[in-house]
Amino acid sequence: MVSDTAEGADQSWRQDVFDVLKAAGVKHVVYVPDAGHATAIRLAEADPEIKAVVLTTEEEGIGYLAGAWLGGERGALLMQSSGVGNCINTLGLVACARFPFLAVVTMRGDWAEFNQWQNPMGQATEAALRLMGVMTWRADEAKDVAPLLRGAATMAFEGDGACALLLGQRLIGEKEWAK
Amino acid sequence: MIGGTLDRRAVVADLLQDRGELLVVTGLGSPSYDVMAAGDHDLNYYLWAAMGSAMTVGLGLAMAQPHRPVLVVTGDGEALMGFGALATIALRKPRNLSIVILDNGHFGETGMQPSHAGQGIELSRVAEACGFPVVDLVTERQVVEPLRRRIQARESLNLAVVKIQAENLPRALPPRDGVYVKNRFRLALGHKPA
Repeated sequence: MVSDTAEGADQSWRQDVFDVLKAAGVKHVVYVPDAGHATAIRLAEADPEIKAVVLTTEEEGIGYLAGAWLGGERGALLMQSSGVGNCINTLGLVACARFPFLAVVTMRGDWAEFNQWQNPMGQATEAALRLMGVMTWRADEAKDVAPLLRGAATMAFEGDGACALLLGQRLIGEKEWAK
Repeated sequence: MIGGTLDRRAVVADLLQDRGELLVVTGLGSPSYDVMAAGDHDLNYYLWAAMGSAMTVGLGLAMAQPHRPVLVVTGDGEALMGFGALATIALRKPRNLSIVILDNGHFGETGMQPSHAGQGIELSRVAEACGFPVVDLVTERQVVEPLRRRIQARESLNLAVVKIQAENLPRALPPRDGVYVKNRFRLALGHKPA
């Protein structure tokens, strides 16, 4: 039993995130940890063909992935919705140079949020991404994660697109505060 | 130490001599002009915005191109905005990555306001504290040639803080079309545009 699985709901999407990235030729997984990304982070860290890089703040990942692309390789950024706020100015680099950008964002302040301090950024996350020219998709059901992420990866890497998949709190499950 | 006496253009020109396989990333503002003044090159990537990103672009590039030396040329203000990148890079320690911080102790582009580096934050000590295996504080021109050789050697992650004069030199403007510079860079490495 791994700590990042909620009981009952379909958790297959956690593996799907990693499998889709791997199949898309991603060689760099850069991240600020979130419980919802724990499986993908663990698998990326264990994969000898993937460089897994922990960041101090999310916008570092934008620069890193631009550099990796200059060097001919693909990567993806894993972060929580709060981190989207940290990325805003740096996303100008993606827009100006049309760097491929692929992000997977776990949502907070989105549904059944116990900590209301998460709500302002959570409610602004999708609009903020779009304001900076990032295309967004949203998955609230496990079956949607793989096809949506596959499509986002295609548009990022084949068309120099800026793409983010948001993983809703209904998908991830309620955070337990009573433990 | 508030800045220094070295001529930034001369130091950068020295570092880029006989550059061979070198890949270069520049921080916005004067470091971009310094590298441009030394001669435009397909394997230069100039940042015009995204302040704080020069070191992380260099890290991603170094990780994707481990067989080529990668040099980040940036300023103290730009490096300060990407402070956390020093920690991120120190964990990875790519042997082919060199970071040169041109430190005049000021925000030169915006009117020469004193920066944190000019008011007591010594970036070389920050890099040491983060665990950079090789850190230099460069105050004399003679040390630049050994630094150039180290950048080419790909033997260890290294960072040099070069104490330069606080002066605004005539701008040498690199191309501002980010898509062009990106694709030019990738083509020179054998990668096609999308």
